[in-house]
Amino acid sequence: MNYNPFIIPFTTGAIILFAIIIYKFIAWYRKLDKKQRFYLRKNILTFKSIEAIKESFLEALIHRNIYKKNLLLGYMHMSLAFGWFLLIIFGKIEASLHAQTLFEEPWLAIFFRYFVRDEHKFFMSEIFPPLMDFLLLVILSGVLLAWLKRFSSSLLGMKKTTRHSKFDKIALASLWWIFPLRLLSESSTAALTGNGSFLTGTVGNLMAVLNLQYFEIYFWWAYSICLFAFFVSLPFSRYMHIPTEVVFIFLKKWGATAGEEYSGYTDFQLNACSRCGICIDVCQMNFAANIQNVQSVYFIRDTRYKHLKDETANNCLMCGRCVEACPVGLELTVIRQQLRNKKEIAGKHYYDYTKPQEADKKYDIVYFAGCMTHLTPSIIISMKKIFEEAGINYWFMDENKGTCCGRPMRQQGFIQQSKDLISINQKLINSSGAKTLVTSCPICYKSFKEEYVLDIEIKHHSEFINELIENNKIKIQNSQKSIVYHDPCELGRGSGIYEEPRNILAKVGNLKSSEFEKQNSLCCGGSLSNAIIELEDQIKIRNHALENLTACNPDILATACPLCKKTFVHGNKAKVMDIAEIIAENISLQNQSSKHKEKNKIKTKIEL
Amino acid sequence: MENKKTVLVIGAGPAGISAAKSLANDNISVTVLEKEDTFGGNINNWAKLFPNFKDAGEVKSSLIQNFVNNQNIKIVYNKKVTELKKHNQKWIANTSDGEVFESDAAILSTGFKVFDAQYKEELGYGIYPNVITSVEFEKMYKNGKILTVQGSVPKKIAFLNCVGSRDEKVGNHYCSRICCIAAVKQAIEFKELYPQSEAFIFYMDIRMAGQFYEELYRKSQEKHGVVYIRGRISETSSTIDKKVQIKAEDTLAATPLRMTVDMLVLMIGVEASKSTTILSKQNNIDGPYGFAKSKDIHTADNYSNENGLFLAGSCKRPLTLTETIADGKSAAISVVEYLKQTK
Ligand code: SF4
Ligand code: SF4
Ligand code: SF4
Repeated sequence: MNYNPFIIPFTTGAIILFAIIIYKFIAWYRKLDKKQRFYLRKNILTFKSIEAIKESFLEALIHRNIYKKNLLLGYMHMSLAFGWFLLIIFGKIEASLHAQTLFEEPWLAIFFRYFVRDEHKFFMSEIFPPLMDFLLLVILSGVLLAWLKRFSSSLLGMKKTTRHSKFDKIALASLWWIFPLRLLSESSTAALTGNGSFLTGTVGNLMAVLNLQYFEIYFWWAYSICLFAFFVSLPFSRYMHIPTEVVFIFLKKWGATAGEEYSGYTDFQLNACSRCGICIDVCQMNFAANIQNVQSVYFIRDTRYKHLKDETANNCLMCGRCVEACPVGLELTVIRQQLRNKKEIAGKHYYDYTKPQEADKKYDIVYFAGCMTHLTPSIIISMKKIFEEAGINYWFMDENKGTCCGRPMRQQGFIQQSKDLISINQKLINSSGAKTLVTSCPICYKSFKEEYVLDIEIKHHSEFINELIENNKIKIQNSQKSIVYHDPCELGRGSGIYEEPRNILAKVGNLKSSEFEKQNSLCCGGSLSNAIIELEDQIKIRNHALENLTACNPDILATACPLCKKTFVHGNKAKVMDIAEIIAENISLQNQSSKHKEKNKIKTKIEL
Repeated sequence: MENKKTVLVIGAGPAGISAAKSLANDNISVTVLEKEDTFGGNINNWAKLFPNFKDAGEVKSSLIQNFVNNQNIKIVYNKKVTELKKHNQKWIANTSDGEVFESDAAILSTGFKVFDAQYKEELGYGIYPNVITSVEFEKMYKNGKILTVQGSVPKKIAFLNCVGSRDEKVGNHYCSRICCIAAVKQAIEFKELYPQSEAFIFYMDIRMAGQFYEELYRKSQEKHGVVYIRGRISETSSTIDKKVQIKAEDTLAATPLRMTVDMLVLMIGVEASKSTTILSKQNNIDGPYGFAKSKDIHTADNYSNENGLFLAGSCKRPLTLTETIADGKSAAISVVEYLKQTK
């Protein structure tokens, strides 16, 4: 048997590592909710699993998404992950070929050069030394980059790099030393036996000045101990993401999604975060307001280690910029919401006084302006004008006695209260018999889409207006004014509506682009999801966004959310208008139907 | 001719007028630069003054006695000062039409402007015709009638306090100090005109910290039946017949409240005027909210941190007319002190 006591640290470490990982995975699996387990069972034997293998390969090994951010950073992650992976695979093949069995000593692959010192030939044996040397070299280049990143993260396109916990430090230090030590061990053996290739052989020659007869074994010991340290600290460190990310990818592919409540799937996600820190750089709380320690990476870390502070959970705009940027694809805002949700169901029902009127007859379309839109009455007036021009039989559901859609309450964690509101509105909407529900507020829109049970088509007014124009229900003229469009978080990243507003605006003006657009758009700072941010910080975020949006001095800064409008208006930088207002202003009168003209004549008479 | 000292007064509002008169009295040659084509500043916006309902025109006439025809005072209208700088111990003012004025000292009496109520879109100003500002109320009252756009007498009128003041969202945390009492005054005026109509005042606190204010507040309730509701108006909308629908919360009764009125008057707050902000920034004496900052609020309130540049009136903070006139005089005394030292 190929044995030497120095294999003990490695072997013990590996056993501990696997035991802990398996224990953890089982524990999390048992905490999965019903829906998640259902999808797992349903899809495990479908081609979705193949897709998951492919994605695991691309994400966990190649780190495709990090490449998109920065080539060097991507290379660093890939060389470590994929390089090591190949080193293990080819090491295993080499050891098995040599031992002519698949069941050689499990440590043989790791310490192969120590145990197989002679030129003992076996099938394809000559290709392995250079191949293994090459892989080691790739990994070492990654390690070098990791060192550089510690000194200057900007080299790798990162402005901020994550701060580390105790276990992270142990794991990181051992990770940094594993491969240099492997190089030294293999090189010293190569110097003594000549079993090295271009890298280990050369380094071995340089090391020959040392008394390698004596030192060789210590290098191997150090290498093994380093592996032990890494394995044992891994499950408690950020490196737990290595095994977890793969499982997460499978669960995701099978169809699991994070629900309203914390579940085992949340645990998988918390542990799949590699703490790469990419989410820090994209967070406006960081770069516009200079607030640290609240970004998703910290939130995820603190939740995982169970010392989450209220500030970290709550001081977030829920803008979703980090979700868009996270290379692992974690549902960061959904998880934050889970942690915000109040566990105890408050007994008090706050909304007993709301006695909404039901629809008095049947309508084609229900219009729900939303609380925020009631604070920007010119949007409402514009929508009325548009409905009238298009000759639509609509019911303005919350004209007089509106009830909030419930989403702001939900975002603060008041689930029960939110549900009360939802049930009031649901009843009302269903009473109208309409086929389409139009809302002016992206917050309501998202709420209707995701939290309501409605048998009705839901449209944000930008989609609705776009259709009216496409179907020639209203005619508009081009004002030739220059317009920059701001994507509201809940409409853009939140609901994926980017094109309709642009489509409309390009027809009424000269649509210009700005630096932060679409998926990358900024939050206006007025988010209702953050109830604790200081006003000054909110203003910093707003002003920074305004500056970028108005860099080209547009005549109009357009948006499609009453809250963004209100926030930006107070910034006093540009004329801010909602899409509905812009359209109402540019409806061309020549194309009005004669019936409407008549009606308008009468109206003006009354006014006079 | 002896070498007289010269002082530039920027702004011919109550503070500037009263400062100029005092300086002229001390035989100092004063040049007053006014951006409008007339003097008086914001006093021109008032019909009657609180707390005694004295006619604003009368107060203005007594204020300008010895101002317009004073041989020591030169008033130049339509001169907007765009730059004020110290150069070789002299104060140089550049105006928008390219003229340059020079003096030994300068007084900033650039005053205030009122908050633009359109920023609070939820209140419907500029959107619903029967939502007006307190300034517009004064104008109507001057003409003897308060009427809706339809031309009828409002049966119900509401006044909303603190519009643009004490409001984090618009960035003005401070109290404008004059709008509470102005609302009381206007509500009484309204009720005297139309005793059959109802008047409501929505407030956060009623701040009656001036002589006779509290008495007036009491009178408005006891004699005129003005109704006070504690709570801010959160949103407005319009009915088909152009009435204004108000949503508010009665914070004393802790219930949401809905009311339809014929007219809503927004008691708009006091903000630093544009010139105040620009000129104080140029001289590094800008304080919070764009107002000018005095050297010491207790002991050197008319001095600025710039030697030779003095502050008078509401360019420093919201002040009442009474305080403004007194502050103009006080600024003049400080200027005289300064000119003596620099002889
Ligand atoms: S949450 Fe995503 S982006 Fe942020 S550190 Fe974790 S893996 Fe990176
Ligand atoms: S949701 Fe927005 S504010 Fe919150 S952590 Fe992510 S990027 Fe920052
Ligand atoms: S004086 Fe009254 S109305 Fe004016 S800001 Fe102060 S509290 Fe508000």
